[in-house]
Amino acid sequence: MTVAEAIPPVPILELAGLHKSFGSLKVLDGIDLAVRPRELVFVIGPSGSGKSTLLRCCNRLEEPDSGAVIVDGADIMRPGTDLNAVRQKIGMVFQSFNLYPHMTALGNVTLALCKVQGLDREAAELRGRAALAQVGLSDKEASYPNALSGGQQQRVGIARALALGPKIVLFDEPTSALDPELVGSVLAVMRELKAAGMTMVVVSHELAFARAAADRVVFMEGGRIVEQGPPAAIFGNPREARTQAFVSRLSQGHG
Amino acid sequence: MDNGLERLVFAFFNAEIAAEWAPKILEGVWVTILVSLAVVATGLALGLALAALRAYRFRAVNAAIVAFVDILRALPPLVVIIILFFAFPYLDLPMSAFTATWLSLSLVLAAFAEEIWWAGILAVPRGQWEAARSTGLGFGATLGYVVLPQAVRMTVPPLVNRVIAVTKGTALGSVVALSEIVSQASSAASLAGNPTPLTLGAAAYLAIFVPVVVLGRWIETRFAWKR
Repeated sequence: MTVAEAIPPVPILELAGLHKSFGSLKVLDGIDLAVRPRELVFVIGPSGSGKSTLLRCCNRLEEPDSGAVIVDGADIMRPGTDLNAVRQKIGMVFQSFNLYPHMTALGNVTLALCKVQGLDREAAELRGRAALAQVGLSDKEASYPNALSGGQQQRVGIARALALGPKIVLFDEPTSALDPELVGSVLAVMRELKAAGMTMVVVSHELAFARAAADRVVFMEGGRIVEQGPPAAIFGNPREARTQAFVSRLSQGHG
Repeated sequence: MDNGLERLVFAFFNAEIAAEWAPKILEGVWVTILVSLAVVATGLALGLALAALRAYRFRAVNAAIVAFVDILRALPPLVVIIILFFAFPYLDLPMSAFTATWLSLSLVLAAFAEEIWWAGILAVPRGQWEAARSTGLGFGATLGYVVLPQAVRMTVPPLVNRVIAVTKGTALGSVVALSEIVSQASSAASLAGNPTPLTLGAAAYLAIFVPVVVLGRWIETRFAWKR
């Protein structure tokens, strides 16, 4: 746990005893996880292991059945929580981008700045342009999503999350819907974000990226965290047989 | 044959009669246009409001909306006009022919438009809601800025069809003596003893609705966008 010691100990996001069922199916079965500032936590696990649900519970896009979700010191499960305010602090990037097709790239990035943060158009566009510059898409601000490649669309998605000045960004399989040759541009942006000190939780199958950029890898199965640790330990020398089996299967699949 | 054609022209394309009765038909044209515009504005606005309200999924409210929509889609518009015009006076709610026609057709259009818009709202992918909500937009803001603009664009073609179908129903106002085109034309035809005014009426409908159809097609292409 040498990496963890180097990172300030107060978590920016903390999940405690998180449970979630869909009908009789237990999707999250007692999740405890703390993410410290500047940390990149990488979540892996087989399909149906609850990774995406875990992520979506962090900003209550999915409603947990029980447990605590503590963001920046406050339990957002508490009644009376202003979710829309909390969500400003938690950026989210989606597998299928989910850009608004009727708005330009800049429009996508500035909508919440105008309508939620109450910035006037000029200020919002200033911030929006800065966010687009951060993902290398300054020249695409007037483009509609349908005129952008998948990689560009996902980078606009990242810019949309960054523009709000979040304290943490959640990535839900950000490269799974991309053609292989477009994956690199998105991962490059994520790597830069990490270098700039952004706190991130990433659900993904990009193991090479995890090895290179993650501070901690969390392996989930059956709605529980089976094992977690630095990437070298999880990928090189996992303690649990299930982790080992999953990692070797995934590595083979990705050549 | 020649004789038959002459008689047809005399009966239906009689220039003298047309010139004499054109002003009366023209009065009807204005009434038809006025009722139509009022129906389109009221019907579409009410339909949109109901569809948006339905998105909030309050159970009792939605049951009421569905009941309203189902009843008005099932009833012939003519029946609605007759009920409003002849029955409501008994409730001390007398209404003019204009009001009865406008209100009836507006309610019918609202019912159809609500269904079309609701289908559009449902067709917007869930990811759009999630993306907007994840940036802190509330339910109403997400509906207004993200979902409805997409729903409205998707539903322009069926809406245009429905708008045309319902506004043509202004002709039904003739049963309550609304002085619109059909009413003016048929009374002119009986006064003149010649059906040429009906031809004029048909021409008037073409003059009004062909541009609407063309405009509708333009709107459809204007608002279509690749997804």
